[in-house]
Amino acid sequence: MTREEITAGLAEILEEVAGVNPEDVSEEKSFTEDLDVDSLSMVEVVVAAEEKFGVKIPDDEVQNLKTVGDAVNFILKG
Amino acid sequence: MLLEGKKILVTGVITDQSIAFSVAKLALEQGAEIVLTAYPRPTLVERIAKRLPTTPPVIPLDVTNPEELAGLADKVKEYLPTLDGVVHSIGFAPQTALGGNFLETPWEDVATALHASTYSYKSLAAALLPLLQPGGSVVGLTFDATVSYPVYDWMGVAKAGLESASRYLARYLGEKGIRSNLVSAGPLRSMAAKSIPGFEKFEESWAERAPLRWELTNQEPAAKAVIALLSDWFPATTGEIVHVDGGYHAMAG
Repeated sequence: MTREEITAGLAEILEEVAGVNPEDVSEEKSFTEDLDVDSLSMVEVVVAAEEKFGVKIPDDEVQNLKTVGDAVNFILKG
Repeated sequence: MLLEGKKILVTGVITDQSIAFSVAKLALEQGAEIVLTAYPRPTLVERIAKRLPTTPPVIPLDVTNPEELAGLADKVKEYLPTLDGVVHSIGFAPQTALGGNFLETPWEDVATALHASTYSYKSLAAALLPLLQPGGSVVGLTFDATVSYPVYDWMGVAKAGLESASRYLARYLGEKGIRSNLVSAGPLRSMAAKSIPGFEKFEESWAERAPLRWELTNQEPAAKAVIALLSDWFPATTGEIVHVDGGYHAMAG
């Protein structure tokens, strides 16, 4: 998967889970500050991303995923 | 299998780290049919439910909402005609009620904590009473409330109330042959624990004092005790608190 494909996949999840406009989603955006994703919605975003991309995102890692780009990097590694 | 043919409602699944998730998983493995209730994000619970051995139905339920409680038995009946067990794995306190703010917490926030964490034990059981069969079992989760802890604050008070409420539920449901018991687990790194600021303060001492040691990320020992209390193997036990804490509560240091 390319970075662009993963970002687009995350945008779909963010729209479905937290009502984020997909056009607002780009790698430099912070989940909590720019996209207004609350902590419980973020848990669901992580669960949905694990399923969509077939990765395991450990709890300790979630706090390091501040921006969409951080998540893309993690998913690419996984 | 310990729960062959039993029908059980499980509250409190929110992630796969939830104690209730382990309870649901073991209940299915032990032959039970289950339904889950979900709050505050049913879509999240539906995703997590798919990680169980078979995917159970999910019913949205806010246990502090009287209308939702009034409609609960009918909703459960869409999936299960009767119930043999109810698992209450619910606790909530506003941030102002936790984390060392004990002397400043306003009553409204304490009331929220007590409503969600203490009164809901009775409300949930009462709402499901029409479905509960003789020999049935209500099981809740507590955190030993006979002593105080750093940062746990009003949640500790709510748990003390829960422990008492379970004894009263045992008194009032006994004539119907229904039991009420609690499992008092050691600290577990669930979503609930992570929302307590300073939770790590009582994580460290636990493993050191508990003669059996304690794993902060293993929900299974607590879940196994819940399964045992749901089963027919504690037929004469009610109003009881079973400690699943590595033995911590029995040690003075």
